[in-house]
Amino acid sequence: MRKLSYREAIREAMVEEMARDEQVVVIGEDVGCYGGCFKVTPGLIERFGTRQVIETPVSEEGLVGVAVGAAMMGMRPIVEIMYGDFSTLAADPIINHAAKMSFMTAGQVSVPMVYRTPMGSGTGAAAQHTQSLEVLFTNVPGLKVVYAATPADAKGLLKSAVRDPGPVIFLEHKLYGTEDIVPEGEYTIPIGQADIKRQGTDVTIVTYGKTVFTALEASQVLEDDEVSVELVDLRSLRPLDTATILASVRKTGRVVVVHEAPGFGGFAGEVISQIVEDPITFAALRAPVARVCGKELPTPFNKTLEMQLPPSSHAIVDAVLSLFPSAV
Amino acid sequence: MAIAFDRDRGMAMLSLMVRSRLFEQKVEALFSSHEMHGTTHLAIGQEAVHAGVSPALDPDDWIVTTHRCHGHTLAKGSSVEAMLAEFFGLSNGLAKGLGGSMHLLDLEHHNAGSSAVVGSGVALATGMALQLKRMDSPNLVVAFFGDGASNRGIVHESMNMASIWGLPVLFLCEHNLYGMSSCADEMVSVDSIAKRGVAYGIESRSVDGNDVEVVYAAVQDAAAYIHKEGKPYLLETRTYRFSGHSKNDQRVYRTREEERVWGQKDPIKILRDRMVSRGHLTEDAYKRLETQEQAVLDEIAEQLIKQRHELTLDEAYSYMYADGGNR
Repeated sequence: MRKLSYREAIREAMVEEMARDEQVVVIGEDVGCYGGCFKVTPGLIERFGTRQVIETPVSEEGLVGVAVGAAMMGMRPIVEIMYGDFSTLAADPIINHAAKMSFMTAGQVSVPMVYRTPMGSGTGAAAQHTQSLEVLFTNVPGLKVVYAATPADAKGLLKSAVRDPGPVIFLEHKLYGTEDIVPEGEYTIPIGQADIKRQGTDVTIVTYGKTVFTALEASQVLEDDEVSVELVDLRSLRPLDTATILASVRKTGRVVVVHEAPGFGGFAGEVISQIVEDPITFAALRAPVARVCGKELPTPFNKTLEMQLPPSSHAIVDAVLSLFPSAV
Repeated sequence: MAIAFDRDRGMAMLSLMVRSRLFEQKVEALFSSHEMHGTTHLAIGQEAVHAGVSPALDPDDWIVTTHRCHGHTLAKGSSVEAMLAEFFGLSNGLAKGLGGSMHLLDLEHHNAGSSAVVGSGVALATGMALQLKRMDSPNLVVAFFGDGASNRGIVHESMNMASIWGLPVLFLCEHNLYGMSSCADEMVSVDSIAKRGVAYGIESRSVDGNDVEVVYAAVQDAAAYIHKEGKPYLLETRTYRFSGHSKNDQRVYRTREEERVWGQKDPIKILRDRMVSRGHLTEDAYKRLETQEQAVLDEIAEQLIKQRHELTLDEAYSYMYADGGNR
């Protein structure tokens, strides 16, 4: 069993798809000889040339708009935007155009574009390069939104995203060096399927992206307290695998939803709504629902302050234990 | 330089311009009588730009239009019936009633559609041209935009990218003097948007947009340049929107005197008078042309008003994702 880093897994998915289909084109800033801001694209331009690797000026709105137009004509662009924060610049081509093209043309035109961008803090990059802005996209009908945590999931989901006939927002965390087992050979992971990263019986933790690792850490700690955690990694935020969430919560009767983005108006609210709106799952709840999210604060530069921003494993453990009042 | 249309070309152009004018007036009437809903953006007065662009190009060249897209769509060859059906929101409309008057597209006629976000279509057109070039296509893409859109950042970003990559884009600025209520004299930093081409190393030119023979020739010259040089081109056509910005616009931001002066440069009148003086047209023949075009329009509109073939909500859902999934 071989191991790949998160960035290598993403690169391998791109290489395989670019070799399979010459219409798969990587577009972005510094994605050529520099290898991309987070070094995900080294080697691509050397292997595939400027026909499949297009370096752009600093024009996030323009380059995403160009990718949308090219996709309308048959290209399958994989756009790389250096930081998820710059999605604010590219919001018009994504939200007003790519998301609605199939609908507004009654299916005559589609935009098979993948929009890759990393989210999250922990890099000392201050408030404009560290946000978790996934809800910019999840409230827009017409977009698919995925956020892989592990290298294996990243590879399989990216390949599905490239092959999807419509726009897919592919969010990445910045633990690009994280290594894990990635299967050899061809495989894809369907968009819209959550993954149970850990089986358990007492409580469900629902999360996605980088906080999957934080939640796994918390689950280990809780195991010592004899609390059995079932960890649901959403992988896809839209479409959302509601069935897997509900089945797990019906089984455990307790749920904690975790993400790095601030809680107010965040995606956890949607997950919790899905749970409590389902009568059977609601009836199965044995404790109030809980969430552990990022602090309601722009990311501070100061490292001590920054490290306090995202959910910690301690906070997750505390939230889980609070659902078992008699045990405390 | 302008070219002089022969009789056939002149008649074809005049017919198209008259159809465009009568179409807009019909749409205005249907909105006023509440038989159409939503909003609409008329381009009465800009017919020389409609007729002078797509008909001057290869039919396989693509266009990306704007919210003010009716005339361009007609000029690219779409049927009046499919267009009006879209305005009525019917399932036999160009976009099955999901787009409406600001979102006409017709792939068969290489009309990729319009963005109603002012200026955003310019980037789509540039991306289309990128893919055409990658695939060694001999065709170009026309990116229509107005004087208002000329101030959008994405228009500048697109021009820069088209220039550095040598893309086959004809940036076609339809300068009608007003972005909604704002006069270009107060909103645009240069007296001619063609001057902005210099900043991007893009060859450019400004022409009289009310003279269809001038526009037609300039478009053909621009296309020849794009093909020969492998570079984009910026063509500014100076015209005037006789109509208001959208329905219910009382045009309080400009004087009736200004409108009267521009009215003397009516593009249809210019071509008509020229054809009469060349002996290519009689006043009677012109009247017959108007009457015929009006009758066709009235008949189509009357038929469509009786139809109520609309999509169901489930059918609408089925178009949200390109793979047909609906949630």
